[in-house]
Amino acid sequence: MSQSQTAQAQHLPVATRQVGRLAQSLMAMTLGLFIVGVVGFSHIDVIHNAAHDVRHSNAFPCH
Amino acid sequence: MSTFRSIVFSSVIAGFIVGLIVTAVQQFSTVPLILRAEVYEKAAEHKHEASAPPQAILVHDHADHDHGAEAWEPKDGLERNLYTAGANILTAIGFALLLCGFLAVRSGATGEPISWHEGLMWGLAGFAVFTIAPGLGLPPELPGVPTAPLLSRQIWWTIAVLATAAGLGLIVFRRSMPAAIAGVVLIMLPHLIGAPELEHVETNVPSSLSHQFVVAVTLTSLVFWSLLGGLTSAAFAYFDRPASA
Repeated sequence: MSQSQTAQAQHLPVATRQVGRLAQSLMAMTLGLFIVGVVGFSHIDVIHNAAHDVRHSNAFPCH
Repeated sequence: MSTFRSIVFSSVIAGFIVGLIVTAVQQFSTVPLILRAEVYEKAAEHKHEASAPPQAILVHDHADHDHGAEAWEPKDGLERNLYTAGANILTAIGFALLLCGFLAVRSGATGEPISWHEGLMWGLAGFAVFTIAPGLGLPPELPGVPTAPLLSRQIWWTIAVLATAAGLGLIVFRRSMPAAIAGVVLIMLPHLIGAPELEHVETNVPSSLSHQFVVAVTLTSLVFWSLLGGLTSAAFAYFDRPASA
């Protein structure tokens, strides 16, 4: 294997890893938004009542 | 360790610690004010129910959601505080996932780990985006203070958050004059449109109590975002080491 081939082989996985990193980060961010959405914004009575003080304390729109 | 696992580990650890600390802080800052406001709220409700005919209560705006007699709610005292702690921890984990996902993209782009200090700065950006910006138009409200319909406020809150995040992004990442001007305009836009509000607000909750609440919420949120930024970035720098990749 020539030097340029070695360099290429080392280069490609880094690029793929970068894409993977972006996709995984976006997945984590979506999960985070979903959790905040349910705790802070759900209109379901039971969730509202359980998280009532947290919604007020975070100034999420409430009531 | 995969990036996703590193983000989740860091967020759960940081979110758990921050959620517990903020629950303790709230016991001295926001919760006593909420409990005091609820005394006024309940007094007003009883007066309202006593004076209104039964059918009027059924069509009353509040009757079908938060004050519905049949909906479960935690008992005051320990049970209520435990649910508050749980919701605080979940909120902190949720925001930590959002913040840490962003930090992962950023450290991936620069090739440098994020220091706790830089994490603190991004935490403060979260404070500006999620507390200051929406709070300007929709100040933190105590129970018993009438407000515009919930959905319209939730939509405006979301628009204010997105516009502020996008505006700050333009200013920080596109280092050009037109982008900076566009960023500032974007941040101002939701406020120029105006948050939904009632024309006439009648409440027996004292305005001094409401003012104290705005200060308490804002300061508690500052503690929340500072801790979340610092701890999430420190945890992520630990789990995302090259050796464990």
